[in-house]
Amino acid sequence: MLEIKDLKAGVEGTSILEGVNLSVKAGEVHAIMGPNGSGKSTLAQILAGRDGYEVTGGSATFEGKDLLELEPDERAKEGLFLAFQYPVEIPGVNSSYFLKAALNEVRKHRGEPEMDAVEFLQFVKEKMKLLDLREDFLKRPVNEGFSGGEKKRNEIFQMAVLQPKLAILDETDSGLDIDALKVVSSGVNRLKSQDNAQLIITHYQRLLNYIVPDYVHVLYQGQIIRSGGKDLALELEEKGYDWINEERSQPA
Amino acid sequence: MSKASETIDSFVNREYSYGFVTDVEQDSAPPGLNEDIIRFISKKKEEPDFMVDWRLRAYRYWRTLEVPTWAKVYFPPIDFQSIVYYSAPKQRGEGPQSLDDVDPKLLETYEKLGIPLKEQERLAGVAVDAVFDSVSVGTTFQDKLAEQGIIFCSISEALQNHPELVEKYIGTVVPYTDNFFASLNSAVFTDGSFCYIPKGVKCPMELSTYFRINAANTGQFERTLIVAEEGSSVSYLEGCTAPQRDENQLHAAVVELLALDDAQIKYSTVQNWYPGDEEGKGGIYNFVTKRGLCKGRNSKISWTQVETGSAITWKYPSCVLVGDNSVGEFYSVALTNKYQQADTGTKMTHIGKNTRSTVVSKGISAGHGQNSYRGLVKFNKNADNARNFSQCDSLLIGDQSGAHTFPYIEGRNPTTSVEHEATTSKIGEDQIFYCNQRGISTQDAVNMIVNGYCKEVFQQLPMEFAVEAQKLLGVSLEGSVG
Repeated sequence: MLEIKDLKAGVEGTSILEGVNLSVKAGEVHAIMGPNGSGKSTLAQILAGRDGYEVTGGSATFEGKDLLELEPDERAKEGLFLAFQYPVEIPGVNSSYFLKAALNEVRKHRGEPEMDAVEFLQFVKEKMKLLDLREDFLKRPVNEGFSGGEKKRNEIFQMAVLQPKLAILDETDSGLDIDALKVVSSGVNRLKSQDNAQLIITHYQRLLNYIVPDYVHVLYQGQIIRSGGKDLALELEEKGYDWINEERSQPA
Repeated sequence: MSKASETIDSFVNREYSYGFVTDVEQDSAPPGLNEDIIRFISKKKEEPDFMVDWRLRAYRYWRTLEVPTWAKVYFPPIDFQSIVYYSAPKQRGEGPQSLDDVDPKLLETYEKLGIPLKEQERLAGVAVDAVFDSVSVGTTFQDKLAEQGIIFCSISEALQNHPELVEKYIGTVVPYTDNFFASLNSAVFTDGSFCYIPKGVKCPMELSTYFRINAANTGQFERTLIVAEEGSSVSYLEGCTAPQRDENQLHAAVVELLALDDAQIKYSTVQNWYPGDEEGKGGIYNFVTKRGLCKGRNSKISWTQVETGSAITWKYPSCVLVGDNSVGEFYSVALTNKYQQADTGTKMTHIGKNTRSTVVSKGISAGHGQNSYRGLVKFNKNADNARNFSQCDSLLIGDQSGAHTFPYIEGRNPTTSVEHEATTSKIGEDQIFYCNQRGISTQDAVNMIVNGYCKEVFQQLPMEFAVEAQKLLGVSLEGSVG
């Protein structure tokens, strides 16, 4: 589904990613962990197509398409979803209107008929239960005045509605209390299927107690320096990131 | 010779004394402005004597004035002697014969706005034989209004059928001495709307120029007068979301609203005159004087405007709150794109006790557009406990546009209170990227964000007008982002 090969990128001349390799297949859950400043969020932003980053080498393909050539909205329509670390407020635009517009763009792209207001409402009500959201939620402006937890739940709710092939969760656990974390994780888990994949970006192991990854990768100074199964996350939690680094610098 | 015929004699002789004869049979006046032209206009329209006298007084006063320069708009000097101040309404047969003859670009825009075919023809000035829907609707509509004693007609008709009402009220809210453009309008206005709501009557429908017979060709100097008697109420819609082309570059309209005890007037405008091309050439100069007088106790006047057209907009719909407990409101969206300039805002003058006013202004500047909010909130010394709330927001799109705010507050009464909030924001790349990431294109994202920003104002518009206004903003913003 997603193939990243030797991806190098930076911002304003500063190199951040120094040759990232990653392969994600349908049905898989991958976690990318790493200390602050290792390039985790940069990777997420570049995959989603954010302006301001310069790709200096390597490639990223998504379902066989050159991802880096696509506009951000085209990537989204192809089925790539980014749950933002800091969801953006859009004052005056109600959530229902926003999400219906987004859903219909995606549906048009897939060759499915657009949903009218009634169909849409029925459709999203199911999804709202998944995230334990109140009905008045749809009437509120997108993320405006939301608490941190509500914003994150909203991200996963949008993911549930848009049904992406690949969902990238950028530090979705940050700023969540334990109850919200459970709601969000159970939402994410229920959205998992054999046809889609999830890329979980996180600083802490905590989230991975709830969303269990098939693979864990450690990103450090712009490179994936270690990959393994879910146990790797536990090991990291115990020994800290320095452990891998020290281990690496010693001759094998 | 009787006294009356003497007057007529001197009147006629004076016309000659200018060495210039205007044939009443003629369809148009020659370019330029003098007292003969004004008499010609008045005669053509078979107006009562008081009207021509008033026009002449206005003209004489206008000659002592100069074009105001305080607004933050720039344009080359206007040659007032090169303007044709009267031309008869166009006959059928002139103009395009069918929509095939109309500029395809204009049709494309109509399409985007979802305007019905018949309406497209009317807007594009196509000569059609079939009776317009709007005309037949208009007729049944007028009968219904007449049953309740409501007068809704062109101001020309009002001068014929209800001259006493026009004489009583014209110029009482905007006197001909008010300002340069109002004086000019008073001297030369050719048509406009007149609306009179009798005591205690709640007008049962939205009144709109669209439904008024003879609405077309009201010309560049439009004059509107709305009077709401005690306890009455009316909602009036002016303009149209479809782009309106006009060969006259200068527009100087006057709108006067008068609300007596417990009366309410709601006046909504969508202005979409031709804004000029990509380089800023052409486009309408729109210099408008709009004012409402809340003369009666507990009266209320509410202005809502959506200004997206014209090369230059110079417009300050205002309220004079004389009656105790009267309320004034101003809700505005002004958008400038390409090389458009807008200097718009309001004046709220609090004279009576416990008067209240609300100002919500949303400026949007895109392209090379320049957008200024100019407002005055004034409390006179007897305005005990008067209150104002003002909110002036500016939204910038791109880095070539400009937003400016000129709020003035004058207070002469210590018991009054005023709250003023102002923000300037840019459509954030964050917001656009967030929308993009959900599959929404950049242009759609901008439209969505702008419409969200304008929501408070659109909520004031009648429902279907609000929907149209949203679409209009979208069309007006096209090409504003790369």
